[in-house]
Amino acid sequence: MGQKTPLYDEHVADGGKLVDFAGWDMPINYGSQIEEHNNVRNDAGMFDVSHMTVVDLTGDRTREFLRYLLANNVDRLKDSGKALYSCMLNEDGGVIDDLIVYFIRDDFFRMVVNAGTRDKDLAWLQQQSAAFDVAVTERTGLAMVAVQGPNARNKTLPLLSDAARAFAGDLKPFFGDFDGDWFIARTGYTGEDGFEIILPEDEAPAFWSKLRAAGVRPTGLGARDTLRLEAGMNLYGSDMDETVSPLESALGWTVAWEPADRDFIGRKAIEAQRKAGTQQKLVGLLLEDRGVLRNHQKVVAGDGEGEITSGSFSPTLQRAIAFARVPKETGETCQVDIRGKLLNARVVKPPFVRNGEAQIDL
Amino acid sequence: MSNIPVELKYARTHEWARMNDDGSVTVGISDSAQDQLGDMVFVEVPEVGQTVDAGEACAVVESVKAASDVYSPVAGEIVEVNDGLADSPETVNQDAYGGGWLFRMKPGSAGDLDAMMNSEAYAGFLEAEDH
Repeated sequence: MGQKTPLYDEHVADGGKLVDFAGWDMPINYGSQIEEHNNVRNDAGMFDVSHMTVVDLTGDRTREFLRYLLANNVDRLKDSGKALYSCMLNEDGGVIDDLIVYFIRDDFFRMVVNAGTRDKDLAWLQQQSAAFDVAVTERTGLAMVAVQGPNARNKTLPLLSDAARAFAGDLKPFFGDFDGDWFIARTGYTGEDGFEIILPEDEAPAFWSKLRAAGVRPTGLGARDTLRLEAGMNLYGSDMDETVSPLESALGWTVAWEPADRDFIGRKAIEAQRKAGTQQKLVGLLLEDRGVLRNHQKVVAGDGEGEITSGSFSPTLQRAIAFARVPKETGETCQVDIRGKLLNARVVKPPFVRNGEAQIDL
Repeated sequence: MSNIPVELKYARTHEWARMNDDGSVTVGISDSAQDQLGDMVFVEVPEVGQTVDAGEACAVVESVKAASDVYSPVAGEIVEVNDGLADSPETVNQDAYGGGWLFRMKPGSAGDLDAMMNSEAYAGFLEAEDH
């Protein structure tokens, strides 16, 4: 048995199929992954993401620390509540994790990191923060619920406290704010509008029940994966890890090169890589033939070879889609080895789907 | 509880087989198997005329979650395949023992199905697998 989130009993009651995910017993679906996926694209679904790790960083030099720790630049965060997506690199430019950091005050930032990388992330944060006198505090006793879909915000707002409702309806995308121990952010991992809500664990089951009663459907990690893939969002451990840099992971846009004198961990390594040129790139694939793209299938591109890092059937497009790491020279088409047959695929630029709409020609 | 019709035979790899009046055998995957795999999105059936061994992987069912081989429960020749699944693979979820059949074969020997489990044995097998 793995660890249980505060919503475990709700998942059992909702008929969730529980599987191991990074040491946690999590619902992969509650019956039909495709129905759950489509419901998020068309209405509103909720995900238990309490397994993710919340870390509060406090101290006068927190901003300075994060300027050094992250490949993206926290100086882009000027308004309180604003969030930033960034990679945390090692000295070789490999990706230790990808994360979201919220600027609350200059002496207080909140970070959300992946469950599967919790231990090494915390160790790295402790190690690197020492020189800055920044306190790294893992926040336990919290739950996290993502409510996503075109109707997610409207269905969630009436369930919040008066104080939270007063600001939550006006949150701009990629902003969050506190209501006591609750933190409500307009962020997500689906390509749809919605909230990610961090709340005390003992209040989570009642909130989940209220959302369900408001017509927000429980949605498993299976749909979360197909939704993020359609939305063109990377998954740590599949699409990137410590053996590749952001430049080889379609995450160059998250690296803040300016100002040139900002020293951040991994900068030297990826600057050298940028000068020399990367040998591979992460691209989107759309399968032209019939079949389903899957992680680790071999990609044949001209004389070179690559590999699918995330592949699945896209419920929205009704086609197989993937991310693949391929040689830099790869052009507009390639082939994928599926059970010994070479099938044709088109190289496309993610996202595949945003706000319910296809973003590529089929 | 999954649906396990008494008139069918079952394999340890979760295929079902139905002996037809003309001596041919229709094969699909069990209700339990489709439930475990989840929403079907792609089905690859064998070719008509293909000869297969007992236990040979000859079809693939792919759910949104994963691809899974389907093994022929008996040796014989494929005489018909369910082409309709190409456009509606979800039929395997909705009607595993009916419209979700995968292929029909002419078995090498009529007694071949005797080695398969009856419904009661399969129910026990599923229960044991669950624990």
